[in-house]
Amino acid sequence: MKETRIWEILAEIPDPEIPVLTILDLGIVRKVAFEGEAPIITITPTYSGCPAMQRFESDIKEAMTKNGYEGTEVPMVYDPAWTTDWITEEGRRKLKEYGIAPPEESSADKKALFYEDDIVNVTCPRCNSKNTKLESQFGSTACKALYKCNDCLEPFEYFKCL
Amino acid sequence: MKKDLYNFAIRMGDTSWILSHRLCELCSFGPFLEEDLAMTNVGLDHIGQAEEWLNYACELSDEDVDADFLAYRRKEKEYRNVQLVEYPNDDFAYVITRQFYLDVYNYLLYTKLTQSKDATFAAIAQKSLKEVKYHLRHSSNWMVRLGDGTEESHERVQNAVDDLWFYTGDLFVMPESEQNLAKEGIIPNLADLEADWEKMVLEVFEKAGINKPSYEVLASGSFDGQHTEYLGFMLCEMQYLPNKYQDAKW
Repeated sequence: MKETRIWEILAEIPDPEIPVLTILDLGIVRKVAFEGEAPIITITPTYSGCPAMQRFESDIKEAMTKNGYEGTEVPMVYDPAWTTDWITEEGRRKLKEYGIAPPEESSADKKALFYEDDIVNVTCPRCNSKNTKLESQFGSTACKALYKCNDCLEPFEYFKCL
Repeated sequence: MKKDLYNFAIRMGDTSWILSHRLCELCSFGPFLEEDLAMTNVGLDHIGQAEEWLNYACELSDEDVDADFLAYRRKEKEYRNVQLVEYPNDDFAYVITRQFYLDVYNYLLYTKLTQSKDATFAAIAQKSLKEVKYHLRHSSNWMVRLGDGTEESHERVQNAVDDLWFYTGDLFVMPESEQNLAKEGIIPNLADLEADWEKMVLEVFEKAGINKPSYEVLASGSFDGQHTEYLGFMLCEMQYLPNKYQDAKW
């Protein structure tokens, strides 16, 4: 299968903002196909305004060119919408090792009002304590929030559930 | 029908676009670091949503335009954003109240739009709804914190609630073009959303100890290109660079 080779190449492309993750760990590649000899790699955005999306596109094209593929297309689809549930087990493990707490729950049925009512106890990626506190609902990138561990006192980032 | 779809895509795109500009004006001017991050992150989501709607508007347009052209090169009367998002960042209470009114509206509207008979409308709605929910949790929480906070925070948020109430009527007005879309099951009937919007807003007011404004909503007309005085000043600044250097690229 010539698609298999494409998946192998994609597995080597890092996320530009969280370089321990590959784009496959992140779950943004929806489909690989060919039009003649040109690979068509369909991706979906994490957040609507995520500035990494253009990098994904150019990084994918560059990797394909390097491996001898020409005319690569990287169309974007919005449906079905990306969810953190698509981050692979491997991806979640790598996030934690890197010091970012992976999303704790499924993204389904989140309440719309009053976030404090349904906050989960995020596990500290350093000492595994559940005694942690939300510091800021927003963080350094669209996909992260800021937490603090009440036991080891370290601040850490949490990959928001979407 | 294509023209009606175009009009609505422009309306949604412009609303997100103008609000994103207001929010990004707060970059490095937020009241404290966490809120600076919050405002710019919410602004970034709105830039993304605006791009999705305006890209679709370009597909629907008979003219050869791109999203950047629509965002930066139109005249004031060609913008179709709701008037609420033009209101300046006078005070943090106004920033939060403006966001809260629109978040509730977007939450209800996008929830309905996920069922749209237009596949692109439904896809954009599905994507945006996740982000809007996160925004609403942030703004609703702040409404309670300010309303139920100190005497001063209460007074300031009540002033914002009263002043901005004026502009909320504009959210539910349906011109002919949108009535056509509603008949086809492409968008919900906006007038029907109003009751749900008020119910949700009042739920938060109650928890926050905020009083419902006693006067009727008045402002409308953004669907026809009628804007507040604030928009012109904002566009002057926003469009300055693209107008001066027409081929400027990042």
